[in-house]
Amino acid sequence: MEWETVIGLEIHAQLNTVSKIFSGAPTAYGAEPNRQACPVDLGMPGVLPVLNRGVVERAVMLGLALDAEVAGRSVFARKNYFYPDLPKGYQISQFELPIVADGHLDIELEDGTTKRIGVTRAHLEEDAGKSLHEGFEAMTGIDLNRAGTPLVEIVSEPDLRSAKEAVAYMKKLHSLVRYLDICDGNMQEGSFRCDANVSIRPKGQAEFGTRAELKNLNSFRFVERAINFEIERQIDVIEGGGRVVQETRLYDPDRDETRSMRTKEEANDYRYFPDPDLLPVEVDQGFIEEIRGRLPELPDAKRERFVCEYELPEYDAGVLTATREMGDFYEAVVRGCNAPKLAANWVMGEFSAALNRSEVELAEAPVDAGALAGLLARIQDETISGKIAKEVFEAMWNGEGDADSVIEAKGLKQITDTGAIDAIIDEVIANNPKQLEQYKGGKDKLFGFFVGQVMKATQGKANPAQVNERLKERLDQA
Amino acid sequence: MSVDTEHVQRIAELSRLAMDADQAREFATGLSDIFDFVEQLDGADIEGVEPMAHPMDAAQRMRPDAVTEPDRREDYQAIAPAVEAGLYLVPRVIE
Repeated sequence: MEWETVIGLEIHAQLNTVSKIFSGAPTAYGAEPNRQACPVDLGMPGVLPVLNRGVVERAVMLGLALDAEVAGRSVFARKNYFYPDLPKGYQISQFELPIVADGHLDIELEDGTTKRIGVTRAHLEEDAGKSLHEGFEAMTGIDLNRAGTPLVEIVSEPDLRSAKEAVAYMKKLHSLVRYLDICDGNMQEGSFRCDANVSIRPKGQAEFGTRAELKNLNSFRFVERAINFEIERQIDVIEGGGRVVQETRLYDPDRDETRSMRTKEEANDYRYFPDPDLLPVEVDQGFIEEIRGRLPELPDAKRERFVCEYELPEYDAGVLTATREMGDFYEAVVRGCNAPKLAANWVMGEFSAALNRSEVELAEAPVDAGALAGLLARIQDETISGKIAKEVFEAMWNGEGDADSVIEAKGLKQITDTGAIDAIIDEVIANNPKQLEQYKGGKDKLFGFFVGQVMKATQGKANPAQVNERLKERLDQA
Repeated sequence: MSVDTEHVQRIAELSRLAMDADQAREFATGLSDIFDFVEQLDGADIEGVEPMAHPMDAAQRMRPDAVTEPDRREDYQAIAPAVEAGLYLVPRVIE
């Protein structure tokens, strides 16, 4: 039987406010345990939550970017469950009236087509603290620094049909929140986390199969592997005569498998109800329009503009707009050298390779946009060839100065003096009489041999086009 | 009776409340009476009435995004039953 996979993702993005969603405690990552947990975060009796405007602004921004409806009125609700890292006994979340509903995100598939993925809703909530089970005799340690950190949970429609599509959607959303600068996107620190609802059904069947919810998918690679494992597991269950049960499964990256955490029968009934400590959140049109005015150029718009303005292929434009920083860097290089295609090749090629090799972030690259533009300008005005430029770039990356000083210091300036090139060509011809004879006898392939010899004699500094032209002439005369 | 003892036991479990069979029967009766009372509202015409999220007719005030809470961990932990390495200690929980 042929099976179709149905996937919906729930993504938690941590909003990058400096203070918590309902308290004035800081949200910085990596502080000593409980140094950033105030009475509100600790769930002390008598405290009251006060909503952070920055959180609401970021949620509205996301809603606008997803082309969604931003609710003029949304309501916080209590989600009740008991766990020590949730000291109040409930998480403040949104249930019936989320702040964002009914949006969409377009993803690019491998075959180059675009697919629209529905976003059911995005709601605000507070994060819980952290439990540390290791290292204490019969006790669990609780760190509440993370408690009260603002999250937006973005729930997709079950529109995704493969692990690859799920990853494409997740990457697109990851790029979007970073463009909007509402989330730092750091997956290792848990700022961007994903749960996946996965089910299968016979191809052509309209109703959905029973789904399993996969937790703990904290990298793009894990999302793909966990979903693929889960699809195979469900097919095996059904084809083996069993049935899939609705349950929560935890992905174990070490064993590359998913394991049952709890089934629906044991699942909690969260007994949601509107939080009496918080009034409904109202955002008026003026507030929304003010936020709209602050929206940066979004990835899709930027990609389209790169294609039109710089005449880049779709692929290049996609790579160069994957992050806002990369797009800005590329445009700064173009401004400095006025050669969009050359700049694209270098930013995506040598420059990105050097970043990966040195494992540094774009902002810390030893060669900045101005310096790279300076190098490309020397290729443009034919001071150096593209090949020599790689050598110059290497030296620039190692801190040996800007393009001009490296070219000067290493004597890499291209030889364009016809007389000098002719002299070298003549010498090469004189030193290789046998090859000359064969060339004259019709072995045209040897032309490349002569070019190679000339480039070798000039240590690559001769202008290749000029060498070709002069060599042809000299060989014909010889 | 709209709430039976099984229902009451389930809610008690979710709320981490210990309850014996007698108490469960008592609460089932009491809660059912409350629900029956509230059910009278089903007869009211609520056409065009917005669901109410809060009894006060006001909107949530928002505060600027700024850190205002100093670190007072030592004060807060002075009243905790058990603390180690800055962590609050609770009886071991493993999910």
